Amino acid sequence: MKFTKTFMATTALTMVAGIAGADHHMAKEMTIVSWGGAYSKSQLKAYHEPYSAKTGASIINDDSSAEAVAKLRAMNEAGNVTWDVVDVVAADAMRLCDEGLALEIDPDTMLADAPDGTKASADFGDLLVSECFIPSIVYSTTFGYRTDLVGDTPPTDVCAVFDTDAYPGKRSLEKRPINNMEWALLCDGVAKDKVYDVLATEEGQNQALAKLDTIKGDVVWWSAGADTPQLLADGEVIMGSTYNGRLFSVIEEQKQPVAMLWDAQVFDLDGWIIPAGLSPERQARALDYIMFATDTQRLADQAKYISYGPARLSSAPLVGKHAELGIDMAPHMPTDPNNAKNTFLYNYEFWADYRDDIDAKFQAWLAK
Amino acid sequence: MSETGQNTGQNGLVLAADGTPLKKSLARSLRVEKLRALALIAPLLLFVLFSFIWPIGEMLFRSVDNRDVGEVLPKTVAVLKDWDGTSGELPDETVYKAFTADMLVAIDAKQHTKLGRRLNYETSGISSLFRKSGRKIKKLDLETDGPFKEALIKIDKKWGDVETWKAIQTHSVKYTDGYYLAAIDMQRTPEGAAAQSEDKRIMMTLFKRTLWMSMIITGMCVLLGYPVAWILANLPARSANLLMILVLLPFWTSLLVRTSAWKVMLQQQGVINEVLVWLGMVADDSRLVIINNQFGTITAMTHILLPFMILPMYSVMQTIQPTYLRAAKSLGATNWTAFWRVYFPQSIPGIGAGSILVFILSIGYYITPEIVGGAKGVFISNRIAYHISSSGNWGLAAALGAILLAVVLVLYWVYDKIVGIDNVKLG
Repeated sequence: MKFTKTFMATTALTMVAGIAGADHHMAKEMTIVSWGGAYSKSQLKAYHEPYSAKTGASIINDDSSAEAVAKLRAMNEAGNVTWDVVDVVAADAMRLCDEGLALEIDPDTMLADAPDGTKASADFGDLLVSECFIPSIVYSTTFGYRTDLVGDTPPTDVCAVFDTDAYPGKRSLEKRPINNMEWALLCDGVAKDKVYDVLATEEGQNQALAKLDTIKGDVVWWSAGADTPQLLADGEVIMGSTYNGRLFSVIEEQKQPVAMLWDAQVFDLDGWIIPAGLSPERQARALDYIMFATDTQRLADQAKYISYGPARLSSAPLVGKHAELGIDMAPHMPTDPNNAKNTFLYNYEFWADYRDDIDAKFQAWLAK
Repeated sequence: MSETGQNTGQNGLVLAADGTPLKKSLARSLRVEKLRALALIAPLLLFVLFSFIWPIGEMLFRSVDNRDVGEVLPKTVAVLKDWDGTSGELPDETVYKAFTADMLVAIDAKQHTKLGRRLNYETSGISSLFRKSGRKIKKLDLETDGPFKEALIKIDKKWGDVETWKAIQTHSVKYTDGYYLAAIDMQRTPEGAAAQSEDKRIMMTLFKRTLWMSMIITGMCVLLGYPVAWILANLPARSANLLMILVLLPFWTSLLVRTSAWKVMLQQQGVINEVLVWLGMVADDSRLVIINNQFGTITAMTHILLPFMILPMYSVMQTIQPTYLRAAKSLGATNWTAFWRVYFPQSIPGIGAGSILVFILSIGYYITPEIVGGAKGVFISNRIAYHISSSGNWGLAAALGAILLAVVLVLYWVYDKIVGIDNVKLG
């Protein structure tokens, strides 16, 4: 009896609070999906906490980004989409957009202008790679190497990966064709602007695999972003590819004898999509969150917690110091001019077209 | 007869107390009983039906389902039927017009890019063709902008490529065997089923590897588990219980933790190699490669699946009377003969049960091979996981899953023929 009373009273209170606190057309609660770990933490600090403080909306976190496409498809088929905002890489955003599972975004009306009045479409520029995608960070897949295991001449060129004479030892590469095929062609003498043209042909794919074949016996293949940092820290490999933020934490937070090899780093984007088919209240809430979380200041804030570059041009000058280590973050950004002397932009259209085909080839080659 | 008169009807039928024929009455009460029993298991039955059988059936259905093409391009599929792709000539204006009409509807419903993704599984490049052309076709007017053959080819020259239309024609059937063909390294081409080009054949390698390695893992589990189960069954209850906890301990630890622990053990700078180098048994520059290959997968999976082998063996061995062994020895058998001729045959049901469990579990494993298997120690399930969560090709994943399921059932049947499923005991 007492329990029932308390329960009813609480419910009533919650309802009153709910009615009083809500912008009546917006949902009170939202589920945000991201990658978990240090990355989600940076979003929590830079976006979620200030947003909740400002609007009173409560945010539920779900670390399911790795399966976002499969889960959104299943939710859509079941007719019950439980996510409001989802953090995905650009390639996944494109797929979700293609399959009609993500909301199309008009950057100039749905996203905030830069402080100087520049429209969002210009501020994000080329990074708006899909109609449904709101980029938040630029990250790169690049190499790190053990400073104590590479001899007196540390590598400065990505082709050191393929040079087992000068740098004997194991190297770790991701267990998929993307990025590896491009690096192989680059180091086999193909000009940077021709890489994807060559890779579209049968001969080009064979050429890339032949180049990879020269180091096949020295490669440890990874499938999770945390693998290379662990392999480097244990001295299992002398160099390896992974996301630049992971290398930053190995170098600056864990103080391991590891250094960055920024040459031919492959730029990729990560950002938000809003699932299609949300109720008007939830969609309004999601759009309100996105407007807030992708403005110039918020994107710059995230860089205080993790070394990924903000996707807005106007955010770059605002990038400050690391929140805990107190070091300048700008030199650790993949977009910093010193690091970005030679970069490579992931070609989304190409991989959307050729991934199935090249992946089958790559896996068959791996199994040989 | 007269004594039972009140219970016998006019035509000699035995009647129940209420006057209905006993047979009928009995059937009714049995039916009620059956219904009651059914009602008791109904919650579980419904649960299994809706949360297990139905979703699995639904998923397996995707392996043949190909309605997308016909639903998005109904008019095109209808007129494309009459086109002869082998002639080498492009389809005529009616096809292009029907296609434009279909596309205008599809673009409105945002279905065209989805279709592009679907056809891209078969022919690389169609995904971006549909996406890019969609933006321009949207602006065409069905009344005024003809002829559409020129208009479409102007938008993208691939619409002037016979192969594009062949791909649409070939894959416009409602139900397809294309996914199953892809799952066994073949493909559906306009000319019929054909072998996949050699440098893309991967599935059969993986199926064979999965079965072969699962058998090795099962064998290792039998070899390692048998003595343990024997000791457990023959120790006094107190010490046996203590040892049992050690066997069960791994169950209480997360699978990922156990697998990652093997990484620490097996890698080249890991515990085993360090010890061997320290002992001088292995030179520092030629450390053993015992992870990221098949050895790593077999080691880690044998460890993880071992309890599933020990438990059924233990429970069967517990029921074997020690007096049989003593009797055999008193009749003059050596230790070995007593074990081999008397004890071992009685423990076979346990080995059978454990082997089925371990084998079936291991052919479906994917996390452990993914972490410790490197390039050559991964299973077919890793490919299924890839197609479910990365490539999005659920049809192919479903076909691979269906084949795996069929293989298990066939092996189960073979096992039944050879060993006999009645000989399997879980306890």
